[in-house]
Amino acid sequence: MNDSKSLRKHIAPHIAELPKSGIRDFFELVNTMDDVISLGIGEPDFVTPWTIREAAIYSIEKGRTSYTSNLGTMSLRKAICDYVNREYHISYCPKNECIVCVGVSEAFDLAIRAITSPGDEIIYHEPCYVSYAAEIRMSHGVPVPVSTYEKNHFALDPEDLERAVTPKTKAIILNFPCNPTGATLTMEQTERIAEIARKHDLLVLADHIYSELTYGEKTPSIASLPGMKERTIFLHGFSKAFAMTGFRIGYACGPADVIDAMMKVHQYSMLCASITAQDAAEEALRNGENAMLAMKNEYANRRNVIVSRLNGMGLPCLKPEGSFYVFPNITSTGMSSKDFAVNLLNRKKVAVVPGSAFGTCGEGYVRCSYATSLEGIRTAMDRMEEFVKEVRGEK
Amino acid sequence: MELKKQILRLLAEDGRMSARDMAERLDSDEKTIADMIEQLERDKVIFGYCAMFDETELPENAVKAIIEVKIRPERDGGFDKIARRLSRFPQVSSLYLMSGGFDLMVEVKGRNLNEVAMFVSSKLATIDGVLSTATHFLLKKYKEAGKLLQEEEPHERLQVTP
Ligand SMILES: Cc1ncc(COP(=O)(O)O)c(C=O)c1O
Repeated sequence: MNDSKSLRKHIAPHIAELPKSGIRDFFELVNTMDDVISLGIGEPDFVTPWTIREAAIYSIEKGRTSYTSNLGTMSLRKAICDYVNREYHISYCPKNECIVCVGVSEAFDLAIRAITSPGDEIIYHEPCYVSYAAEIRMSHGVPVPVSTYEKNHFALDPEDLERAVTPKTKAIILNFPCNPTGATLTMEQTERIAEIARKHDLLVLADHIYSELTYGEKTPSIASLPGMKERTIFLHGFSKAFAMTGFRIGYACGPADVIDAMMKVHQYSMLCASITAQDAAEEALRNGENAMLAMKNEYANRRNVIVSRLNGMGLPCLKPEGSFYVFPNITSTGMSSKDFAVNLLNRKKVAVVPGSAFGTCGEGYVRCSYATSLEGIRTAMDRMEEFVKEVRGEK
Repeated sequence: MELKKQILRLLAEDGRMSARDMAERLDSDEKTIADMIEQLERDKVIFGYCAMFDETELPENAVKAIIEVKIRPERDGGFDKIARRLSRFPQVSSLYLMSGGFDLMVEVKGRNLNEVAMFVSSKLATIDGVLSTATHFLLKKYKEAGKLLQEEEPHERLQVTP
């Protein structure tokens, strides 16, 4: 039994078959090297704003070190519902339509576990965040990816979506602004997707984690459209906008029945989110806006720099309207996205993530995160430009 | 105007940022930025540039004091006349009219305690209309003009995350 081979047969097949995230492999490779400039980081480079950190310290000083209600502290839930109402014009009741979770990660997990029966199909758009398909599989659901394309600015084409709907379809996952493409949806696209969800009686899981980081006009949440609040699970958190990844705090708002079901899973598996993180999150909503806007402004500047540099070196790159990622097209180098990323790392010590890590249709692209200092971005771009020139010369 | 504000935000962080650098960040062109800065200078919205550095490097600035001054407002001119008069002294590096328990807050720099004290007792306090002064010497600086003097140590982030 001590031998790892013999233990393997005890692993549940649907977990054993789960592929490891492509990001993980790449991480291992990057970790063996020194002095790498990484554009591979999916979290803010800013430290959490001081007012939020100070609130966490104060919370501990006051001796707030206990469990909270399973749903989260009432004052945080009120602050969340006020915020969602103010920013997204959707009104949720803090008593039974809102649950505080350990990051959007947990909120998403609860939502999938609460709604998925074995064999249920769940549609999501690719390239996408690496957890979606795996989460669906872990709940014995069937992940159904719908590709998005550069020619559509990586927005989900509602007609492609509708073609993927079958009688077994349970839900659609939407993540706009999108990790890894930075894509956003237009109002017409959102309305059309809502129409499809209503027509086929589908739930929508709306992952809004990058919504604050929208640089143009913000498209309303699908949950705010007529007839959609009752079928949307609104997932949001503090990690990106408030630079709070390490606090592990997020939330879900939705119809009382769904939140109640999610609460059951949460109650037995997690109990509650950390009270310190909850108090900090409340401060973020009450007094964190200025700090958040300052970070957003800095991201906007970096985005302009990175987009113009990438296009300048002949790697066509859209100017995304949200998140802190750009997704340049590297097919002109003749390399696969994995080869591009590995060679760039080995030769120039710049880490980017191969687009294929986010789904097969991410092939031909790499994800560059601009959640890195502008100085780092500029040096990385200089090195990448040299690399592209060398590669073109070798061909 | 949005571009104007964005330029001012960047200059507030780094007064030496080039127009070219700004153009790249703001998705504009160098000439537009340079013209806008010139306009801001002409309009006195930007009224100077200076470096922030450890002032104790200069002997003439080794000591800094903040002086609370109470004054008698004048019939015409209110506080302005005395304030303007005080602000002409080169020893005075900043001067503000305040609400609250005193009227003027004067920041004075000098070579040593004695020099600052002399300035207060022989110049500042003797001006007609100055009722009283309270001098506070600065002992240690933690933050100035929005910059922390001891930056936090950056901590290790993972190199690649989803
Ligand atoms: C699209 C998306 N959803 C969810 C998460 C997880 O966020 P959290 O830190 O709130 O668990 C991430 C983090 O990278 C993300 O990119």
